[in-house]
Amino acid sequence: MSTITVELDSTADRALPKAPTGIPGLDEITNGGLPRGRPTLVCGSAGCGKTLFAIEFLVRGVTQYREPGVFMAFEETGEELTQNVRSLGFDLTKLVKQKKLALDFVRVERNEIEETGEYDLEGLFIRLNAAIESIGAKRVVLDTIEALFSGLQNEGILRAELRRLFRWLKDKGVTAIITGERGDGTLTRRGLEEYVSDCVILLDHRVTDQVSTRRMRIVKYRGTTHGTNEYPFLIDEDGFSVLPITSLGLQHKVSNERISSGVQRLDAMLGGEGFYRGSTVLISGTAGTGKSSMAAHFVSAACERGERCLYLAFEESPGQIIRNMRSIGVDLGKCVKKGLLNIHSTRATFYGLEMHLALIHKMVQEFKPKVIVIDPIGALMASGTRRDANLMIVRLVDFLKARGITALLTNLTSGGEALERTDVDISSIVDTWLLLRDIELSGERNRALYVLKSRGMQHSNQLREFLLTNRGVELLDTYVGPEGVLTGSSRLSLEARERAAVLAARQDAKRKERDRERKRAALEAKIVALRKEFEIEDAETALLATQEEDREDQLAEDRHAMSLSRQADQDNGNAIPRRKTNSK
Amino acid sequence: MKKVQTKAPLSLEEIAQNASEDDHQKWDLRLYVAGQTPRSLAAFANLKRLCEEHLAGRYNIEVIDLMKHPQLAAGDQILAIPTLVRKLPQPIRKIVGDLRDTERALVGLQLRPGKN
Repeated sequence: MSTITVELDSTADRALPKAPTGIPGLDEITNGGLPRGRPTLVCGSAGCGKTLFAIEFLVRGVTQYREPGVFMAFEETGEELTQNVRSLGFDLTKLVKQKKLALDFVRVERNEIEETGEYDLEGLFIRLNAAIESIGAKRVVLDTIEALFSGLQNEGILRAELRRLFRWLKDKGVTAIITGERGDGTLTRRGLEEYVSDCVILLDHRVTDQVSTRRMRIVKYRGTTHGTNEYPFLIDEDGFSVLPITSLGLQHKVSNERISSGVQRLDAMLGGEGFYRGSTVLISGTAGTGKSSMAAHFVSAACERGERCLYLAFEESPGQIIRNMRSIGVDLGKCVKKGLLNIHSTRATFYGLEMHLALIHKMVQEFKPKVIVIDPIGALMASGTRRDANLMIVRLVDFLKARGITALLTNLTSGGEALERTDVDISSIVDTWLLLRDIELSGERNRALYVLKSRGMQHSNQLREFLLTNRGVELLDTYVGPEGVLTGSSRLSLEARERAAVLAARQDAKRKERDRERKRAALEAKIVALRKEFEIEDAETALLATQEEDREDQLAEDRHAMSLSRQADQDNGNAIPRRKTNSK
Repeated sequence: MKKVQTKAPLSLEEIAQNASEDDHQKWDLRLYVAGQTPRSLAAFANLKRLCEEHLAGRYNIEVIDLMKHPQLAAGDQILAIPTLVRKLPQPIRKIVGDLRDTERALVGLQLRPGKN
C-alpha cells in the first residue's frame, strides 16, 4: 500500500519468518510483522493501548490471516474485554462462537491463596495448552502476565516458571504477545524483557504542552532490520494505526501533466497551463489578500475535473468555508454533495504535530484525494516548535509527492514581516509560489498577485491586480503608470482618462465626417439647382423658337390670304420676304 | 477422574475431641495435580496425613489430574500445581504447594488461627 523504503537486507528478512499484524503501518516498520513462532513483549505505561494492541493482533489474525488466537487475560474478565473492544468494531463473542478465538480469564487473588512448599505453574501451562488445542491457535496473548507477581509470593518459582513458559511458547510455535507495565527505569516492572528477548515494542503516551501524542518504538527486534524511530500511532474507531512517517527522500515520480489553478488568467501566467500535477503550491500573503479564495477556485476546478479533493481547514468550519466561498461565486457545497470534496476542520491545537501528520496520512489513505488543500499551513506552528513544524511539513510534502497528490498550502504572512518568507520556512520545498499582496496607493489597499517562482515552467513576471467579485477571482490587465503599476482608483482614473480620450477622438472623427457629408450635400444641391436653371432656360428658348415659327407661319398664311384677296399671282406672293415682317 | 474416598472409622475419643467444634461440618477438598509427579504424590500424602489428623471421618478428597482433564483448570482458577481447594466449608480457600509445611497448610485451611 505504502511505498516506504527502509533500507533492508531482504535475504536476512527471509530467514526470519514473520506473522503480519494487519495493523496499518506496523508491518511496514517491522518489515512484515512480529517474529513468527516467538514471543514479543509489548510494554508501556498505563493507558497506552497495550491490551488493545494485543487484541487487534488477534482479531486481525483471525479475520485477515486465518490464524486463530488465544487471549489470556490476567486483569480483565472476558466480558469486560468484549465490552471494551466492541467500540472498535471487534465482535469477540462472534469470534469465540466461531471457534476462532478463545478467551481465558486468569484470576489470582492473593488473600485466597496460601502457599506451602514447592509448586509450579503447570496449571497455567495446561490451561493455555487446552485453549490453544481447542481452536488450533497460532497466536497467543498474555495480558498482563506480571499480575502473577502480585498473586503469588515465591518470586523464585515465578521467574523460573515464566522462563519455562516463554520457552514453551516458542516450542509450541505460536506467535505470542506478552504485555507488561512499564517500570521505573526499566521496560517492565518485573524485568520481563529479560525473558522475552526477540522483539520488544514500547508504546508511549506523552503529553507535551497539554497535547497528547501516542508514539511507538521498536526497542529491539532480533534478527531483522526495522524502523528505529518513534512513530506516532492512533487509536480510533478503526482500532490501531501506526504511521511509518519518515523522511521519504526524493525518489518520487514526476508528472508532466498540468492542472488548472481554477483561475483562467492565472493559468495563463503559469506558462499557459497551470500547475504541474503532483507539485506543491504555496500561496502566501498577508491577512485578507484572498488566499482561501484562490484555494477555493483550485478545489472547485479539481472537482469539476471529477477529482477527489481533501480540504484541511485549521481556521474555519466546513459550513463557514462553503458560505464564504459562495459569496465569490464558488459553490463548494455542490462538490461536497457529490462526494468529491471532503472538508475537514480541526483546530491546530487539538493535537500534536505528529498526530496531525498521522491524521492527514490516514485521511489521505482512506479518501485517496488527487488534490489537497491545507489552509493555512502556518497554523500547525501552534502545536509545535518552528523546527518541528518545518520538519513535519517537509515530511508531509514528501508523503504527498510520493503519491502524486497536488498540494496547495496557504500561509499567512504577518504584517511587518518580509513578504518573501513563510512562517515555517518551507519556501524552498515548494514548486510554485504565488504571492498575494496588498498594494497601498492613493489612500487605498488593493490586491495584487505575482508568481514568485514556479519550477519547470515559463511563468509571467508581472504583478497583477485581481478583484474578488461575485463571479470569483478576476485578474485584471496591468496598468503601468509613471509611478509603477497602477491599481484601484488610480487604475480606474487612468482607465477613465483613456476612455475619455478615445471618446473625444471618436467624436472628432465623427464631426469631420459629418462636415464632409454636409459639404457634399450642399454641393449636390447646387448642382441640382444649376441644372434646373439650365433646363428652364432651355425650355424657354425652345418655346420662343416655336412661337416664332408659329408667328411666321401665321404671317405667311395671312400674307397668302391677303394675296388671295388681292388676287396677286402666286409668284409675286412668294417674292415677299418673311424676315421683314418678323422683326418686332 | 481419580477419586479417593477415605472413610476412617471413628473412634470415641476422636468424636469427643471434636465435639466442641462444628464436627458435623463436612469438608470437601479438591486436590489438583498434573500427572503422577513426585510433587503431586507428596502433596497427596501430606494432605491425607493432615486430614486424618484433624478431620478424620468428615472429609472428602477429590483428586483431579489436569493432564487428563485440562478443561477443569479454569473453573477453580488453577494456575499452580499442586493446588488444594477447600470447596466446603465456605468460603473457598486455596493452598498451593506440596503441603509439606503442615502449620501453614492448617492456617491455610483455617483449621488453626494464623496471622495471615
